[in-house]
Amino acid sequence: MGNTMLEAAQHQWHPIASSEELEYRHTFHGQLLGREFAVWRADDGNVNVWENRCLHRGVRLSIGINDGTELTCQYHGWRYANRTAGCTYIPAHPADSPARTICNRTYPAVERYGLVWSGEAPQGDPPGVALLDGTDVLSLRPIPVNADLETVHRQLTAYVFQPNEGLDGAKAAVSVETSGDLSIGLSSVSGDCKTQAVFFLQPVDSDRTVIRGVLAGMPAHKAQLDVLHHHNERLSALRERCEAEASQLPQPEKLQPVIQPVSEELAGMPEQSTSGRNADLRVKIARKWSTAEGIAGFELVSIDGQLPTFQPGAHIDVHLPNGLVRQYSVTNGPGETQSYKIGVKREPDSAGGSQCLHDDVREGDVLAISEPRNNFPLRRDAVKTLLIAGGIGVTPILSMAQALYHTGLDFELHYFAQDDSHLAFPDILETLGDSLHTHLGLDPEETEQCLEGLLADYQPAMHLYVCGPGPMLETTRHTADRLGWPDQAVHFEYFKNTHEIDDSTSFEIALSRSVMTLQVPAGTTIMDVLRDNGVSVPSSCEQGACGTCVATVLEGEPDHQDVYLSETEKKRGDRIMTCVSRSKSARLVLDI
Amino acid sequence: METAVIERSACADSVLLNDWHVVADLSALNSERPFETRLLGTDLLIHGAGDRVRIERKCDSGPVQISKKYGFLWACLGDPDRDILHIPEAFETDRFIVTGGSIAVGVSGLRAVENFLDMGHFPFVHTGWLGEEPHTEVPSYKVEITDQDEVLATQCRFFQPVASPTASGGIMANYEYKVSRPYTVALYKTNPVHPDRMDYIALFVQPVDEEHCIAHPLLCYLKDNTNEAELRWFMQLIFAQDKPILENQLPKRLPLDPRAETPIRADASSVFYRRWLRHHNITYGAITAPQ
Repeated sequence: MGNTMLEAAQHQWHPIASSEELEYRHTFHGQLLGREFAVWRADDGNVNVWENRCLHRGVRLSIGINDGTELTCQYHGWRYANRTAGCTYIPAHPADSPARTICNRTYPAVERYGLVWSGEAPQGDPPGVALLDGTDVLSLRPIPVNADLETVHRQLTAYVFQPNEGLDGAKAAVSVETSGDLSIGLSSVSGDCKTQAVFFLQPVDSDRTVIRGVLAGMPAHKAQLDVLHHHNERLSALRERCEAEASQLPQPEKLQPVIQPVSEELAGMPEQSTSGRNADLRVKIARKWSTAEGIAGFELVSIDGQLPTFQPGAHIDVHLPNGLVRQYSVTNGPGETQSYKIGVKREPDSAGGSQCLHDDVREGDVLAISEPRNNFPLRRDAVKTLLIAGGIGVTPILSMAQALYHTGLDFELHYFAQDDSHLAFPDILETLGDSLHTHLGLDPEETEQCLEGLLADYQPAMHLYVCGPGPMLETTRHTADRLGWPDQAVHFEYFKNTHEIDDSTSFEIALSRSVMTLQVPAGTTIMDVLRDNGVSVPSSCEQGACGTCVATVLEGEPDHQDVYLSETEKKRGDRIMTCVSRSKSARLVLDI
Repeated sequence: METAVIERSACADSVLLNDWHVVADLSALNSERPFETRLLGTDLLIHGAGDRVRIERKCDSGPVQISKKYGFLWACLGDPDRDILHIPEAFETDRFIVTGGSIAVGVSGLRAVENFLDMGHFPFVHTGWLGEEPHTEVPSYKVEITDQDEVLATQCRFFQPVASPTASGGIMANYEYKVSRPYTVALYKTNPVHPDRMDYIALFVQPVDEEHCIAHPLLCYLKDNTNEAELRWFMQLIFAQDKPILENQLPKRLPLDPRAETPIRADASSVFYRRWLRHHNITYGAITAPQ
């Protein structure tokens, strides 16, 4: 019978912690049915119940660091996001974005009656207990008992306690009001005083049970301590009786919870994602607001489950009702995984993208978006990071700034804008303190002078991230180059490729892995030819700005027409953006 | 006779039973009372000290083969089919040869070896000594299986804030790692005073049982710029920092199934080590991979 009870327990809800045990920025070590949990509350109030091991080397996450938004493993500093439990950063490879699928196992969490409820695979809702509904409750100190569930259950039915107001009164009469496998409701009456209590049983293992008592009704503040003492004493005596009884029974076998293996693709070295220009997510516009002159903010929430993990610098494709697809950077800070926040500037010469979002799309509308993709990853191994943003280019930079600020890394954010009213997301800017420097109303010449000052003092292991309008980006890159910044320390993201694409050439491409030779005629892109021949190519902006459609070049000389690769990378000639770039040689061999 | 040994020790890996393992630092023994320890699940009593040392099994007082080398007492539960590892550096006269950092850890010895091979944890576990945030990157390095059937990692580089007790400022330190036996691992590290020479640390891990080990380090450091007390202090500090992390690994035994944990490029040496253990059919201290 004991085994059946424990098997059934896998599909039930259990209290695994009291709400009080989840103290500010603490990580609690939860246990249930032989399994361990890392339980932590984020600053936004969300309670996370996760498998208690880091996916990397199995170190307990309950010794990890809760920074209010993410949980960091002590061993190698892997960071896991609030809610999704997706890995957002692997310090050993600061230039890569972690594979989205590195995600820890999560369990449901519901707070009720001052307790946190969870389970391996609980069905339905956590149990409602009529005795405790509609009243204040006082949760007692949890009492761990080295005895099996049944023994503790049997002893609890005979538990005797005094009502809250009658601790010193005549010996109370205690009756069992309710009794289930995992809880017992008792009522204690002494004279005019009556207190009802529910004792929940948390099966920690086959031979260990925690009693979590909850009293209906909150005793007066002064009496609280006496009530808690009273139950402590009585329950400690009950514990001794249980343990004496259990010691006479044969030792039950310990429960062996199954640890799920990681997915096949994670067992090897992680690879870059290869999904196409997809729009797998459906989001609702929860909020649309004017965040600055000509800039609208949009908060997107999932309509079916949890949004995937993003990293600072990531963008999403937004598929608009008018058929256009546009890329927008996620501005969120670390751990803000309940929604994506993006900023959209109204472009005067809009082809219909920004105009559609500003004029047609409303709160409550549903949009199709892609999963976040990160081609502008933020290193966190710099001695100092300079972030330079121009206008709406601030959006990816905001996500980076919040990540750096939160981890206490040295950085400066220089934000160039027309005037105060053009500063987007002032609520986020406010949180950045002294790290934020605004430069308002500068003309191109003044901007260049200012940049010269900012970039004058390059030191090894500094990194520069810049996003903004094309001309400002060019100026920043040239200035950095002139002042001795190495190419690999300068990271940039263009909104769009303003270069005129010359697609007049024709050439041959050979696909080394697919063993195919294809012709690319004038007026057609490599990407189009690949797709026409059944080769799937991931893409996003399709104009040479975002870097998603990159392919490796094995032979031949690429004719680069993109704005994603740096000059050094272009000279190296080993990568090509298949959406716009072409070939200078008659033949190009690609690693596809 | 041999099957009886296997039953008592609960270790079925003949390559481990017929090999030498460190069971004590010779300086820790005294002739007044026996020293108790355990090897591969077998309880041992070490009697005597100095020249008159012998080991017996606690259960039946049966004898155990012993040897002394590098300041350690070694035992073999079966019939040794190879010699104790030869370490040329331990015979070089311009080095200090230092023991005294032995530390018991509640985890499989194979996990302890893997931790010794790992650079990625330096900034987080040995903060301020072997690494420091934000210098967290593990540049790619080379791993191979040598002709002598060792796992060898070369061209390893890592930023180190305190290169030597007298150095100021960090340097990129060069490392090489070598696993020569399942429970034996060593590293070579650039000496800060003589860039053409390498300091050497061997780690002999005593498999107490499948979920407990004692790590016995042997340091062979060039004498310039340091002294024995300082080396011993540094080694004890580093191993004491590792201990609480290792004791929080779940499960305690090393899983050999590639899908049990998530390797990244920085873990290439661990990937090779686990594969090499599978190839040698090591099961003691491991969770074997499903076939």
